[in-house]
Order: sequence, then structure tokens, then C-alpha cells
Amino acid sequence: MLVRALKPPFAVAGEMWFTEDLSFSLNFTESVLMAADLKNIISIRDFDRDGLLEVLEKAHVVEQDLPAGLLAGYVLGVMFIEPSTRTRLSFASAMVRLGGEVLDFGDPARSSLQKGESLSDTVKTLAGYCDVMAIRHPWEGVARHSAQIAGIPVINAGDGSNQHPTQTFLDLYTIQKTCGGLDGLRVGFIGDLRYSRTVHSLVEALSFFDDELCFVSPGALRVPEHLLDEIKQRGVDYQEYDTPDEILSELDVLYCTRIQEERFADKLEYEQVKTCYRIDKELIKKCGAKETLKIMHPLPRVDELSADIDDTPHAVYFEQAKNGVPVRQALLAMVLGKL
Amino acid sequence: MDDNQNPVQLNVSAIRHGTVIDHVDSRATFQVARILQVESEENKVLVGLNLESGNLGLKGIIKIENRRLTAEEANKIALVAPDATLNIIENFRVVKKAKVELPEQIERVVKCYNPRCITNNQPGDTHFKIIGSRPTALRCRYCERVMKGNAILLK
Ligand SMILES: [Zn+2]
Repeated sequence: MLVRALKPPFAVAGEMWFTEDLSFSLNFTESVLMAADLKNIISIRDFDRDGLLEVLEKAHVVEQDLPAGLLAGYVLGVMFIEPSTRTRLSFASAMVRLGGEVLDFGDPARSSLQKGESLSDTVKTLAGYCDVMAIRHPWEGVARHSAQIAGIPVINAGDGSNQHPTQTFLDLYTIQKTCGGLDGLRVGFIGDLRYSRTVHSLVEALSFFDDELCFVSPGALRVPEHLLDEIKQRGVDYQEYDTPDEILSELDVLYCTRIQEERFADKLEYEQVKTCYRIDKELIKKCGAKETLKIMHPLPRVDELSADIDDTPHAVYFEQAKNGVPVRQALLAMVLGKL
Repeated sequence: MDDNQNPVQLNVSAIRHGTVIDHVDSRATFQVARILQVESEENKVLVGLNLESGNLGLKGIIKIENRRLTAEEANKIALVAPDATLNIIENFRVVKKAKVELPEQIERVVKCYNPRCITNNQPGDTHFKIIGSRPTALRCRYCERVMKGNAILLK
């Protein structure tokens, strides 16, 4: 295949634009086109392996030796147009513990946006009141758009079903901390693998590391084809399974997600799936899981993860939630140029 | 005209001055015609479908008199008909022949298919990165969804 240097992105309008070469073909690598942008934290796709590891290392530094007062005098603006109490509190905790302050804009849908103001105007105005913003919105791409117009760093706290990068960083951080690294692991994902943004982003991030991924889900909730294509291209080793019993004994990490009843037209099928995908002490024992198996969950959980796991060394999900704080502290300090 | 000696060139040279868009994937011919807005073209336009072509199988061809394409038009054509060639005709002769080429990124001309994408909910330009060819694959800069081949929606 003949690989040519890419043309500059935009030709001058009105000009004929073509190449003399009739045999050209294109070979794109996405990572080249999406460079890390640490002025803002918008998408896990903006990071490569080194970029991911850099953030995790800084989170580690923050956790080991909290530089109290590092963000004194800075204000974090929290604009959540979709509710998520835990994410909001985790951001607030991170900022306050670094000596910074938090302005919560509440739900702008009830104020200016409700009065017909455009999202862009709201973002530009609110950006004038703070030094960094955390934005959550049901539309996909809002954080990227806001970062272009805010004039201050923007951190994506969830844009629809697209990205929630701080969650992915805390998941990576938890795996790194509890397993001693991010390479050479067999990581299982169980539950709704089709619609879970959390799973998709973590799978993308892990594809930079030398791991084997095991996907356990009912047929209707498999990992989307486009994501499988993507990780295949990166040479990721993966397998799909119908039930956890088939693979549980070989896993180093099991990442659980909730299966929502709404995904099933047939309630009976949902009940069966629910039973089959429930992780509890008995199943762990029956399958002969490794003693070192770490079980993760983005929380909140319902029935899919039994509370009888909580007092076993497998349970790392509360630690995982707690890890959101040092990770967000590191990201806040990084975008503000303080770390 | 010596072009008459060659039946293929005769085919291409049926207009005096203008542009011939050749080697269009036959199924994409009307999409290309729409991109060029031939319905409002006042000059002579010829559209051919299902013509024999060695490597393409069946190809389409569009000839427009007295017209040169803009970069934006050429980019759009590259999205739907990546094998298309542009022939510039002067005095019944091909004076320049070139392939369309996909740019690295494409602004405005493509619409994102995702209804929850900010570009479909707020005024503003769309922006896509081209991440693959044959079939063309684009990723929305905002919602990060990928559109491929026939699923690409032109504005
Ligand atoms: Zn989009």
C-alpha cells in the first residue's frame, strides 16, 4: 500500500483541488489526528499510553503527599445539566481538599437555559465566574464545544453516552493500584456491554496496554461492533462469553455493570439474565476465582453485585469510588498548570 | 478532432469546455449530481449510469459544461465516490486529469447522524476527522460517533 503524506486539511475555497498521483491510497492512524490536549479533559481518546500513565502518576503523587493549598485561590465551576450527585461531590471534594473553592451553578435548565438562552451563552457567562469548569450534559459533544468557547479549562463530567473521562481515569488508577500495574492482566467485563459508556471508555483505554479482555454478556448486550473493530485494529486480545462461569477462574479483574430492565422487551428474559449475571460469594467460590481477583463496579449497584462480597479481599469498588478524588485532584491541578 | 480515434476519449470529450467527473461508483452517481446541484445548472449536463469500467465494475459519469469544481465540491465527491477522477476539458481535449482526494478533516459539508450530538441541537459547524478510506469513515469531533460509507449524510 502506498502511503502518502496527508494534504493540509483545507484547501483554499474556489481552487481546484486534486492530486496528480492516480495511484494514491490513504492510511490513517487516528492517534496522530487526536493529540493529547491537557488544557481540557474532554475524552479518553485524546490520550495515548504515555498520556494516560502521566495522569495516573500525578494522581499517585497527589495521594501520597497531598500538596495542601495547591489550588488555593482557584474556583471550580460545576455545571451539571444532568444530575449525578456522586460525580458532583467527588469533584467538589477534590477541589476543596486542594484549598480551592467550588461554585455550583445548580441546574441551569431551571434558570437561563429555560428562558431560551443558548448553551454557548450560558457557558461563556458562567466561565467568567470561575477558573475551571466541570460540565455534565445529556447532549454528546457539549464538553468539546464548551472548551472551544469558555476561555478557561473544561473538564468533561459526562456528555450523554459519549465520554466520562474522569471515571475512566479512576478505573485505570484502581486497576493499577490494586493489581500492581496495567499490563499482563486478564480483565473481564460483565453486564450491559452494549450501552455502558463506562465500559467502552475503559476498554479503549486498556487497549493501550498488554491485557486480555473477556466480555461476558447476554447476546443482545454485546460490545458494539465498531468498538470491537477498533480494538482488533490495535491488536487487542479478546474473547466473548455468555456466562461468567466460563471465565471467572482466570480473571485478575472483573468489572461489573448493571443490566437495566428497560433493555429487555421480555421481562422473563430479564429475570433469567439477572440471575445468571449476579456476582456473589457463592459463585466466586464455585468457579474457583483467583484469590487475587479484584471486583470493580462504578456504583451505584443494585442486584448484580451481592453485598456478601463486600468483606472479601475481592471487593475494591468502594476504594474505586474513593480514588475519584486523587484522580480529579490531579486533573484539576494539571489543567490549571499547577502539577 | 484526433480524439475521435479513441472511443473512450470521444466519450469524455463530448463537451467543449468544462469538467468530466469519471469513475464514479455507479450507485453514487446521483449523490455526486446532488453535490454539484446539477438541477440548477444552466449549462449542458450529461449524466451516465451503469457504464462499463474495468476495475470499478459499473461506473457513472457526469459531464458539466463551462464549470470548474471548487475544493469543497471535490472534497464532498471524495466522500461518496473515492475513486472518482476529474477531467478538465478545454476545446474537447482533456487538459488535466486528477483523482479526488479525501482531506484530513472536513468541516460543515457533512451532517452528524446522531440526534443527541450537539451539532444537531445548537447552531454551529460540524467537524469530522477522516479515519479510514474504502469505505470512507468519519468521526464526529463532538459526539465521536463514526459514520461509514453510505451512512455519511451530506448537508
Ligand atoms: Zn456528532
